[in-house]
Amino acid sequence: MTPPLLDIQRLSVDFATRRGTVRAIDSISLSVAKGETLGIVGESGSGKSVTSYAVMNILDRAGKIAGGKISYGGMSMHKISERDMRDIRGREISMIFQNPRAALNPIRKVGQQIADVLVQHNQATRATARAKAIEMLLAVKIKDAEKRYEAYPFELSGGMCQRVVIAMALACKPQLLIADEPTTGLDVTTQKAVMDLITELTAQFNMSTILITHDLGLAAAYCDRLLVMEKGHVVEQNTSTALFNAPKKAYTKQLLNATPHRDSYVRDLLTPDQRAKALTLPASTEPGAALLSVKSLKKEFGKPGSGNHHIAVRDLSFDIRKGESLGLVGESGCGKSTTSSMIMRLLDTTEGSIEFLGQDIAAIPAKQFARHTLRGKLQMVFQDPTDSLNPRWSAERSIADPLLRLSPDMPNADRQARVLELATLVGLPVELLNRFPHQLSGGQKARVGIARAVAMEPELLILDEPTAALDVSVQAVVLNLLEDLKHRLGMSYLFISHDLNVVRLLCDRIIVMQHGEIVEQGHAHQIMDAPQTDYTRSLLAAIPHPPASDASVAETAALIQDGAS
Amino acid sequence: MSNLAINPTTDQRVQSREGYWHHLRYIMAENPLTGISFGLFFGLIAVAIFGPYLVPFDPVATGVGPALQPPGVNHWFGTDHLGRDVFSRVVVATRLDLLISVSAVALSFVFGSIIGCFAGYFGGWTDRISGRLMDTIMAFPLFVLAMGIVAAAGNSIENIVYATAIINLPFYARMARAEVSIRRNAGFVQAARLSGNSELRVLFGHIFPNTLPPMMVQISLNMGWAILNAAGLSFIGLGVQPPMPEWGILVAEGANFIISGEWWLVVFPGLALMLAVFTFNLIGDGLRDLVDPQRRT
Repeated sequence: MTPPLLDIQRLSVDFATRRGTVRAIDSISLSVAKGETLGIVGESGSGKSVTSYAVMNILDRAGKIAGGKISYGGMSMHKISERDMRDIRGREISMIFQNPRAALNPIRKVGQQIADVLVQHNQATRATARAKAIEMLLAVKIKDAEKRYEAYPFELSGGMCQRVVIAMALACKPQLLIADEPTTGLDVTTQKAVMDLITELTAQFNMSTILITHDLGLAAAYCDRLLVMEKGHVVEQNTSTALFNAPKKAYTKQLLNATPHRDSYVRDLLTPDQRAKALTLPASTEPGAALLSVKSLKKEFGKPGSGNHHIAVRDLSFDIRKGESLGLVGESGCGKSTTSSMIMRLLDTTEGSIEFLGQDIAAIPAKQFARHTLRGKLQMVFQDPTDSLNPRWSAERSIADPLLRLSPDMPNADRQARVLELATLVGLPVELLNRFPHQLSGGQKARVGIARAVAMEPELLILDEPTAALDVSVQAVVLNLLEDLKHRLGMSYLFISHDLNVVRLLCDRIIVMQHGEIVEQGHAHQIMDAPQTDYTRSLLAAIPHPPASDASVAETAALIQDGAS
Repeated sequence: MSNLAINPTTDQRVQSREGYWHHLRYIMAENPLTGISFGLFFGLIAVAIFGPYLVPFDPVATGVGPALQPPGVNHWFGTDHLGRDVFSRVVVATRLDLLISVSAVALSFVFGSIIGCFAGYFGGWTDRISGRLMDTIMAFPLFVLAMGIVAAAGNSIENIVYATAIINLPFYARMARAEVSIRRNAGFVQAARLSGNSELRVLFGHIFPNTLPPMMVQISLNMGWAILNAAGLSFIGLGVQPPMPEWGILVAEGANFIISGEWWLVVFPGLALMLAVFTFNLIGDGLRDLVDPQRRT
């Protein structure tokens, strides 16, 4: 048997912090064979990124390798000098980072940046670099490579930038590619394109890949072998099919369970313990009268005819009935956030009406709506729980803010009692109320944001990708909390997301948007099972499909036969 | 714990006040330079407040000792050409110099922040007009502009304060504008609007406090600069008039005697000036850490 390309034995990494030394990864061992794709899966803080930084020797100043061995092709990486390491990075091992825009130099043409890497590692001279860089751009399937060579990063979309980063990483034909969350923040269809590209190119060059991700489904779909990490330890490793279909450890099971599937219900995401404590959901209730009715809504930015004129939303009409959850799905730039801002009255409309509780709120300018009696009835949960909390305010102060502004006559004691009640309602421990946002975890911050949004007992709550920035297990809990709150407080939801699997967990009806228009709408199961348009079909197809086990393949086959007979 | 559940706020208030002192101690201990600069700063404040009551001689009384006496036991910093005690004069001058620089910096901080906040938040014409106004101020050599203002408005301490405030205005306005405009559409600002905050409250209640950490660094660096500026104006004979003790005047008077060898007339006020500027330049990072909640754990 040939020795593995990368072999890590009992590696530990320590970080020096204000509260003493923290062990980020504790004696982990892993190996990657030539041509193999290994997925490292874990939630935030599991040490998956630190592992890759240790391999590349790019730990920041506070971190240091406390023990263990890293050997790459027979070399001991932890003993190598920085000068030799610089030569290895890029030529032997290269890395793709999470945010492609941040990884590119904003004031240098993308083609030149690829050429720089080639020249740096003596793979090309200044004379041949341009041609070779264009060759790389063609390899990552960028059309008009000659022209794109001259483009600056800001002129390219997120997916395009990630292609350029891949081209840079692969320019010197390295042996090992480390991709650290390469598709987080990209749309599902772009994610599929980027992942397919990485798979194709690494196979073509016979490279090994380490894919670091929090998305078990994605990792299972693209990797040969998976390694699950938790709090600096390796929990389980196995081939993708085996791990996905027959997980052995409780943590892996929990992680798998929490990842939304095509046919899971929102309660299925919880662990059995959590499920036992959860409310029993009432059988689906018939939605009542129309609560919100949007008619021919339109939004233009810039003056017509000028260079920056564009229509974000064109002729949008839909209703949300009382007690109903409506999903709004589309890729970035489809106008879904503009729509939510207009309904929330944070943005003025160009044309159209928004009728809420019998009043046309589109007629009220966004600036004056803050003092309107309906303000408290129309609230929102934001995408990024960190960004949506004032960093200088404690959780208590943040939750109390709408109460202070919208019911100023409330006595102090009542308000404090109400904040405590809200914290209990969203499951935020009362002791955490005096903490600042940076002292809370992502899930706790999400709870603070939800408590603030429901403080005024809104009728309609807009959820703008409320779980996009959260780990899957936290996402499972937050989605369930939202489902509970909906029934307890009798709210209606407008759920905005690009992830159909998540939207369908909470929503009865789904609207699919593209280029500011409704492409398709209908009941959740109808959209998921029998999409009518190509666009919806492509969105569905882009969701990563993990390898099916033999048992489930047989099961599906049986079902199909049943259906046929 | 049960107490906490019933009435969390009082408990938290006490806790957070204790936390504040704890935090101050931590910040000073973490970075020795911050500790030293806070020590020097409180020393300067003490001298400014109590100095005039503690000095051995009346700072403006002539002939308290022989003229042009070198530093010695009776006159620690020596005496000047009129027989005044240099030590007393240097100590008493602290109050005036700090007063000028603190009020000048406070004025430019308040007005600069307000202008910058409006420009950064509302943009458009507010931004354009205030931006060009600030550019105009910055187009002049700042010291010359300050000279011009004092010369035109009249030779008084208030006018030194106003002149120093005006020439510092653009730095605060620009910084506040930049810090506000990057936060203008942050999530917590949108959330504040949804919570029913009016535009002005969003601006001054939510956004502005978040710009304080970088502003603090600016303030402390500016303090040192304002002291130098005030001393510079006095040095060339504008603003504070003799015989009132002020570091700039002391240096100016002493400069005449350098050639004849009476070095102490220049060196001691110069050292006091240097020490004050040094303190304010050092204290910036410490102040920023103090007002930044993220540094509090």
